[in-house]
Amino acid sequence: MSLFLIAALPFLGAVFPALLIRAGRNAAASSAGFTTLLAFIGLMLHAPAVLRGEVIQASVDWLPGLGLNANFFLDGLGFLFATLILGIGLLIIIYARFYLTREDPMGQFYSYLLLFQGAMVGIVLSDNILMLLVFWELTSLSSFLLIGYWKHLPEGRQGARMALAVTGSGGLAMIGGMLILGNIAGSYDLTVILQHKEAIQASPLYLPALILILLGAFTKSAQFPFHFWLPHAMAAPTPVSAYLHSATMVKAGLFLMARMWPVLAGTPEWFYIVATTGLVTMVLGAVIALFKDDLKALLAFSTVSHLGLITMLLGFGTKIAAVAAVFHIINHATFKAALFMSAGIVDHEAHTRDIKRLGGLRHLMPITFTIVIIASLSMAGIPPLNGFLSKEMMLEEAYHTTWLGSHWVIPGLAVLAAVFSAAYSFRYIAHVFLGPKRDDYPTTPHDPPAGLWLAPAFLVLLVIFIGLNSNGVAGPLVSAAANAVIGDDLPYYSLKLWHGVTPALYMSAIAVIGGLLFLSQHKRLEAFWNALPRPEAKVIFEALVNGLVRAARAGSDALHNGAISRYAAIMIVFTTGLTYAAFRTGTLAAPTRSVQEAGVLPVIGWICLVVATLAVVMKHRNRLLALVLIGVVGLVVSLSFNYLSAPDLALTQISVEVVTIVLMLLALNFMPKDTPVETPLGKRLRDITISIFAGLGSGGLIYALMTRDFAAAPISEYHLANSYKGGGGTNVVNVILVDFRGFDTFGEIIVLGIAALVIFALTEAILGSRVRARLLNRKPDMPRAGDAHPLMMVVATRVMMPLALMVAAFIFFRGHNLPGGGFIAGLIAAIAVIMQYMASGFAWASERQRFFFHGIIGSGVLIAAATGMGAWFNGLPFLTSAFGYIDWPLLEEFEWATAALFDLGVFLAVVGAVMLALESLARFAWQPGMETEHAMDINPARDDVAEDEKEA
Amino acid sequence: MEILLASAVGILTASGVYLILRLRSFPVILGLSLITYAVNVFLFATGRLAVGAPPILNKYAEVAYTDPLPQALVLTAIVISFGMTAVVVMIALGAYLSARHDKIDMTSADEAGDDA
Repeated sequence: MSLFLIAALPFLGAVFPALLIRAGRNAAASSAGFTTLLAFIGLMLHAPAVLRGEVIQASVDWLPGLGLNANFFLDGLGFLFATLILGIGLLIIIYARFYLTREDPMGQFYSYLLLFQGAMVGIVLSDNILMLLVFWELTSLSSFLLIGYWKHLPEGRQGARMALAVTGSGGLAMIGGMLILGNIAGSYDLTVILQHKEAIQASPLYLPALILILLGAFTKSAQFPFHFWLPHAMAAPTPVSAYLHSATMVKAGLFLMARMWPVLAGTPEWFYIVATTGLVTMVLGAVIALFKDDLKALLAFSTVSHLGLITMLLGFGTKIAAVAAVFHIINHATFKAALFMSAGIVDHEAHTRDIKRLGGLRHLMPITFTIVIIASLSMAGIPPLNGFLSKEMMLEEAYHTTWLGSHWVIPGLAVLAAVFSAAYSFRYIAHVFLGPKRDDYPTTPHDPPAGLWLAPAFLVLLVIFIGLNSNGVAGPLVSAAANAVIGDDLPYYSLKLWHGVTPALYMSAIAVIGGLLFLSQHKRLEAFWNALPRPEAKVIFEALVNGLVRAARAGSDALHNGAISRYAAIMIVFTTGLTYAAFRTGTLAAPTRSVQEAGVLPVIGWICLVVATLAVVMKHRNRLLALVLIGVVGLVVSLSFNYLSAPDLALTQISVEVVTIVLMLLALNFMPKDTPVETPLGKRLRDITISIFAGLGSGGLIYALMTRDFAAAPISEYHLANSYKGGGGTNVVNVILVDFRGFDTFGEIIVLGIAALVIFALTEAILGSRVRARLLNRKPDMPRAGDAHPLMMVVATRVMMPLALMVAAFIFFRGHNLPGGGFIAGLIAAIAVIMQYMASGFAWASERQRFFFHGIIGSGVLIAAATGMGAWFNGLPFLTSAFGYIDWPLLEEFEWATAALFDLGVFLAVVGAVMLALESLARFAWQPGMETEHAMDINPARDDVAEDEKEA
Repeated sequence: MEILLASAVGILTASGVYLILRLRSFPVILGLSLITYAVNVFLFATGRLAVGAPPILNKYAEVAYTDPLPQALVLTAIVISFGMTAVVVMIALGAYLSARHDKIDMTSADEAGDDA
């Protein structure tokens, strides 16, 4: 099975439980189970090749420019982890089906679980480190969902947030480290990076990269001082804890350290950072675990301790230690998953997991007792179980390792941790299952149905088999994974129970005896422990987070105080300053174009424009007057377009001007008519200064541009040359719009349509709120006109309507060859309809409106799209236009072009958008009892004439 | 003529910026309109100025044409700027009707939340 499919299957499968939960909980669980099983089988098909030492690759170039390619590879290490993730995932899916109660949304659970599983598989199979980082973040996110699965529990939510904050920030650090690493190696592919050991370790950036990557790994794998999130994540349902904290989430950090081991390990920096952190974590976790009364907390701290152990082994940097680390990863996954599940069973059956309230369960739960005893003894390191084997290897390695010249620090502390580890393992057995039967359990516990104990039972069988026949069961897997970590030349090691009388054996014996001793003295030790002052991680974390939140809030409040005028001022000053800096530091070539003579007309136009613009500024407090003046500005602008050889622009500008002014007038109807004086003189002077500089900047820039020639030949040469030959039109601007850059125009009309829909939606929202009542009771703030619909105006506009539409049609049809086209025709048609609204009133006009404007916009976009797609049927790219000529007898040569159809789409979209925007605004004005039902007082078609007669 | 156009762009920009820095929504919209003119004319002028040379192909004679590309870009820009103005006007109107004032700067009382 392709590696892509293996990585994708859990993600694809995540959809099914969410959907199938309607078909029942079994359907949801089995869909999750089957997807996982399928991925697992796919993985196992690669097993023979991987165990032979081959590396399987699959790659697709995605964004090669960024070095981001979807490359997967499967070697021994990836295979080991993928096996754990999918295999234990399968067991968890079975277990969770029986663990979760009726009240828990099971579809969600399995969806989250599969998302998480997919992210984990993605991490271990990624070849590209950027992709690995993406999956890494995905595990943080999906584990957040899983840990916070019981949303009603505040502990669940806090634990989830803490896990996300800690692992997520570690992930951020790791991104930095990985980018540095990729930079040094010159590639973001792991397979390449792993071959650049010398270059990476010689680089001055080695230490920063190492620290950043280790931050990611340590936070994920709960290493001291980031270990605190793991126990708090125990608020999750037990299947989640069993999955995340035995085989997957926390192992991701270890995986990464093992993956990067070939290039990062072997230096003193690596040894002192990694081995020391691991050692401290191992001891600390083991000590705390002994004094936890909550079964899951005990297991959580023991997990922290074992993660520390593996980290320490990786930190030693020797090959044999790496083998031991790989072996312990397998062993820990088996016994710890079984233990978490058994803790869940106890909780499920006895309704408590407080050790102080338990005891004597062996009589009531013999099956669970058997499972726990095997798994716990393995955790304690008792032969012949698998935990003993890897613990022996660890002790052996610890014995040979010196720390800062001292021979006893590491062995001594390792034995201490082993003593505590044995003690808490024994405690789980002794205080929960041994002892007299009690009569104060919350409910009477008994063994659970097979569904719950089958999964852990399978795991403890593995614990025994690996212990008895490690070479046969786990040997090939260990050697394949170890090969992937340390290279081809595996050191001699043997996974067997009896190595003779070695120092490790003595140390093991001390651990077991010490553990029994500690357990017998547990009460005294506990009293002593409780008397010690201990920092509470959660309190510190919350204080830290709250402090950060306060600082961030203070910072953003200071910068982001809600004063939009201030933001605008800062933005303009900054932009102007930046442009000025660019101008000062750049070079300006000498002018190459001479200034053209201006005739009388341009000067007159200029004077009109300047006077009108300045008057807008001076008189802007009188809003109506300002609106009139801005109309003058628009008029001059459109005349200048016409004068400067842009007839299309002139037509567009003048028609847009009309609709814009109508729109603003409609809005002004509801708004205050005057702007009060608010800003003090000093601030106004400051604003004037800013605006003068902005104006000087833009004016100077365009002047400099206009007096120089094009830096390179403009592409418009091509447009001019091909407009007629290739596009069949002589109006080059229109041909550019509908043909050369038709795709732009297509996007353009969609944007316009969206803008109109936004306006419509805003109107709906506003009219749906309590504003509506205010509008209905609004008293006009200005005197109304005596006659809302003057006779002359009504008659004139109705006569104009067909004329205006004909002008629109004319402009539309000639657009391909002469100034005009869909945009302008659409605006003219819209103005024709707006005139009816203005003269005859909203009610009259909308009564006669047959098509919804939404539909007109939509049909316009669809027509344009369909025209574009028509090109596909001729095997041409989207929007390729075709044209030809027909000679109609008695008429002129007639051109047809698909571009005209496209222009029709533009036309409709423009009409619809403009009308929808204005109609939405006009709806604000509607009030009950308005005397605008009839546009004219004398109307032969008056429909209430009949009613009057009836009343009479 | 270039001087006239450049100074017009400058004056339009300066006036627009000044109005954008006012405290009520309506002058800000007016300022945006002025800046829209300025930007459109600016973009148009990047094709350099020409009188009497519209980009309408003459089949019968060799004549000069001005640059058509900025015109096509500005044409769509004009239409889109109508869409933008309409949305901004709508937002300003909605804000005024809900908050019963048309100040654009938020005060701490506004941040506390007015649900309408």
